[in-house]
Parts: sequence; structure tokens; C-alpha cells
Amino acid sequence: MKETLGAYDYWPWENRPKITWPGGARVAFWVAPNVEYYELDPPANPQRKPWPTPHPSVPGFSIRDYGNRVGHARQMALLDKYGIRGSVSLSVALCEHHPEIIEMCRERDWEFFSHGIYNTRYTYGMSEAQEREMIRDGIETIQRHTGQACAGYLAPALSHSEHTLDLFAEVGQELFGEEGGIYTCDLFHDDQPTPIRLRSGRRFVSVPYSLEMNDTIVYAVNKVEPRHYLTMLKRHFDRLYAEGAESGTVMCIPTHNYQISCPHRIKAFEEALEYITGHSDVWVATGREIARHYLEHHHDDALHDIQAKAAAAGRS
Amino acid sequence: MSSNDRSLPADYLAYPWRRHGYDHDRYAWSMLTERPPVQWPGGRSLAVWVNVSLQFYPLNQRGVPFKVPNGMAMPYPDLRHYSLRDYGNRVGIFRLLQAFERFGVRPTWAINAQLAEQTPYLMERLKAFGGEFICHGWNMDHLHTGGQDRDEEAAIVRRSVDTLRALTGQPVRGWLSPAKHQSWHTPELLAENGIDYCCDWVNDELPYAFATEAGELAMMPLTTEIEDQFVMCQNLHSEDAWVDQVKDAFDFLVEESRREGGRLLSLNLHPWLVGQPHRIACLEEVLAHITDHEAVWQAPAGEILDAFRASQQEVR
Repeated sequence: MKETLGAYDYWPWENRPKITWPGGARVAFWVAPNVEYYELDPPANPQRKPWPTPHPSVPGFSIRDYGNRVGHARQMALLDKYGIRGSVSLSVALCEHHPEIIEMCRERDWEFFSHGIYNTRYTYGMSEAQEREMIRDGIETIQRHTGQACAGYLAPALSHSEHTLDLFAEVGQELFGEEGGIYTCDLFHDDQPTPIRLRSGRRFVSVPYSLEMNDTIVYAVNKVEPRHYLTMLKRHFDRLYAEGAESGTVMCIPTHNYQISCPHRIKAFEEALEYITGHSDVWVATGREIARHYLEHHHDDALHDIQAKAAAAGRS
Repeated sequence: MSSNDRSLPADYLAYPWRRHGYDHDRYAWSMLTERPPVQWPGGRSLAVWVNVSLQFYPLNQRGVPFKVPNGMAMPYPDLRHYSLRDYGNRVGIFRLLQAFERFGVRPTWAINAQLAEQTPYLMERLKAFGGEFICHGWNMDHLHTGGQDRDEEAAIVRRSVDTLRALTGQPVRGWLSPAKHQSWHTPELLAENGIDYCCDWVNDELPYAFATEAGELAMMPLTTEIEDQFVMCQNLHSEDAWVDQVKDAFDFLVEESRREGGRLLSLNLHPWLVGQPHRIACLEEVLAHITDHEAVWQAPAGEILDAFRASQQEVR
């Protein structure tokens, strides 16, 4: 085990090279609906129990199924209304289980990125070869069902190994060259994209995805009231918007169709979308679009700045 | 040990149920928006199911294989939780009855069969008030869980259903498991005992068909996310926040039901919680909001299921 991750260097928020978003927008705004499949009777993992009670753990399974049966269409209607294309964090087995949902997203030109096979199969305990196989399965399944070259990764149930980012970038490049495997959603260290150091040396970026704004963290972990979630989303946006006048920032709302779409919560989400998209200098984007723009225009400048600052710190 | 020295069993990366539909055969995959619209009696668009969970939490709780939420939490004898739950059946329920009288609510009584046996006065009072009885298992420490001996569970189901039928003189068509938890056999045991519908799986907002080896059940999802104990005891939100959430859910469902066809609001209540003097006015505020409305048809669960079935017949 390592004491520090080593995937990025310390890089202070102030005095960075300016980020410019398309159209001069202050904030790149994206919504990442997690479209997940949890198994009713998943195999045991040595380090993490998939369900808190003996299988069938009906309460947990059934509310997640609610998300697909009821919640998804409700969330999609709202994203349509506000002109937002979702960036789907996908349990790829859902392509087989519920292809109707995939088709609805595909028709709207939403992005799909890999969130593992099932949200009940964890990376913990896998050999490197096994994790590589799981990642390959995820990318290939997305390609087979949507035609897309998978650009991003959020590890299933946020379960990682030390090599998760390396493996994703390697398999993505192997399958799709520069198009595949270019960004990760697994790191929460910044409000702007940042370069990530890989063992292959490939250019790769972390796109801010935000646990703090993640509806499941907000509702199920932090037990926040729906109307207060709206307040949080507005405050989060307001500050990133203000700071974005100086250099572009990123705001993501990661959602779960079984949380955000419940009848007592959906109004808060709708008002947040209306508020955010009601601002003119907001770039409504997908994860891939943000990553590509950053790689094309800002990644190398950022890397030089990081290296220069690290070197200066080493000299002092 | 490096990560290369370990791996998971090969079947951790095998997915035998990766297919269209579900990883089980209990019910068909279906999205709410893809179904024929439902009509409720009198041309109403929103059915409202007010469910009251009447519960006995034994002092000598075994907590096997897990402690039921809201049960005994202190070393034996946990007088505080025992008596606080008992409060609901002695005091709280009578405040609910007054409120129901005032707002013309026709409730569904989900009662632990052992409580029904222990409280003949209460049973007579509830029978005189009217409404439908459904079986809420034996008591809150008799959980239905995977790994449980089938014969033992069969005896609990039979005793619970038989007891309640004898004490109420009603057919007792409905079932709500304690903590909404089931074993792999629970649905078969319910069907074998002549149960028509079950409320445990919260994966939908309308009834749907649920397969068992002993014949079909209807699933009547009793929403957890908006119920009093979930909002106030699990999420620790205030009673005012609960009122907001129920009103928001109601307002949203009224709108959606007018646009897309009949919807169902299920509201589960616990007299030991909302029957407290400082909370009962919040329940009254909720009932005022959700009963006196031109879109609403308020009825017991069995009647709602019957109307749903009749509506589906017309569509065919």
C-alpha cells in the first residue's frame, strides 16, 4: 500500500494558467446520471458486502430497481426540458438487462461512460489481469450497444485498485486510440480538470464529478432535506460561476434515478437545472466534451505550470 | 503482498444472469411510462393509500439476523424503546383515528398479528372505524430473511395470517413484511396462504404482477422514501420537513397523473411516531393537503388494487 496516490502533484488553486471554455463560458456544467444495475444475489467479495442484510435484500434492491422502472424517464424528461445531454455513468450489464433505456439515451445523443459491469461487483481483491478484463468488458459492451468509444470511467461502486486509472487508459487506448479512455471521474481533489500521471505516460485527465453534489451522498449518506439540496446546488454553482469569470470551472451534478426522481425530490432538481441553465455563460457539456477540450487547449499548459511550480518548490 | 499475488475466484467475473429483463424471474421488466394509462373511479387521477403500521416490538428482541430498524437498541431490558413503541398502540393511534375521522380517511391497517391478539380493545375500535386489515407478519422481531428454515417461516406466515383472519373476520388479502424484508420463499408462502397482494417491493409506483411457484401475487409498492419513520427516524429530518416532502410528492404526482394517466401516492404512518403530541398537527396538515383535492381518490389498498385491475381490463 502507498502513502500517497501519486497520480497528481500538489497544485494550488491560485495563479494557475487560465482555462477558457467554448463561447467564453465561466462554468462547464454537466449532469452525470448513474444508470445502474445492482444484482439481487451477487457473489461475495472478500472486502465489501454488496447488501447490508441476507439476500434477497429486498429494500435495497427494490429501490434501485425503482430508479430504472420509474425514475429514469422522469429524470430524462427534465434533462430534455433544459436542453441537457446526460453523461451516463453506466453499469454496462444494463445494456443487456434494460436496452430500452440505452436506446432512449442513444436517441438523444447522450454520452455513455463505464461504471463497471454491475454496481455489485467490486474491484477489491482482483488481480491486475482480472481488473483489466472487467474494464475491457465495460468498454467493449458500450461500443457494441451504443457505437461509442468509451472515454470516461467511474469505477463500480467507487471500488478501486492502485492501477485502476492506468488500466482504464491502457485498455481504452488499445481499443480506440486517442478517442478511448481519456478521463476519470474517480478523483475529487479539484474544481477544474487536472492532468493525471499514468505509468504509460499517456495524456489523461481528471474531470471533476463531485461527491459533494452527488444526490446519493447528499440524500442517503448526509441525510439532507430535498429543499436544502436545492440551496446547496445553487450555492455551489454561484461560487463556481463567480470564480469562473477569472478562469473556467467545472460543475457536475451526479445523479441516481432512484434518488433524484422520487416525487418528493424532483422539484428541487428541476429548480436547480432551471437556475443553472438560466445563466447565459454556462457551457452545458458532457464529460467527454470537457475532457477533450481540456486535452486540446489546456492540458499541456497546466502540466508545464505544475512542473515549473514543483521545480521552484524543490529549489527553495 | 503485491496486487499480482492475489485474485478473486473466476466466477466473480462470470455473469450467468446477464440477459434481457432481470437477474431473477419474479416479474417482468417494464417502465412506468410504457404502460397503458390507468383510470381511477370517478375519473380521478391520483389514488391515495394511507397505510398505518401497527407494531409490536418485543422487549426480548433476538435481532436475528439483524436488528429491525426502530427496535430495541440498548442492553436488555431496553425500557425506553419498548415503551416508546408501545405508546403508539395505546395513545398515538387514537390521535390518528381522530384525524382520519376529521378528514374522511379510509385507512389500511397493517398490523402485527401478535399485536392484534394482545389488544382486543384496539381491534374492536379499528373494526368499528372501518378500513382494510392487512397482515404485517407476527411481530417486529420475526423477520423474513434468506437462509431461514422454510418450515419455520411457513409456520410464522400461516399463524400470522390465520390469527388476523380470525380476529378481524376479514379475508386479509394483503401482506407487509416486518422491515419489508423477505426470504427467497416468502412470496410462495404468501401465495400458499391465499394472500393476494404484497407491499414489500418498493420498485414501482403502480401495482404489478409478481410470480411465485404457488401462483401469482400482485405487488403493491408501499413507498419507503416518503414514510414518516424513514424521513424522521432514519434521515432525522424535522416533522416540518416531512410535511414539505409529502406535499411536494403529492403536488408532483397530481400534475403527472393529469398528464400521463393515473398515479398512486402511498403514505405509510407509524402511530408511535406521528401520534406524538408535537407531530400530530403535522399529520393533520398533510391530510388536509392530500385528501381535499379534486384529483384524489382515497381508498384502502385492496380497493385500489381492484380498481387498477378493472382499469387494465378495460384497456385490453
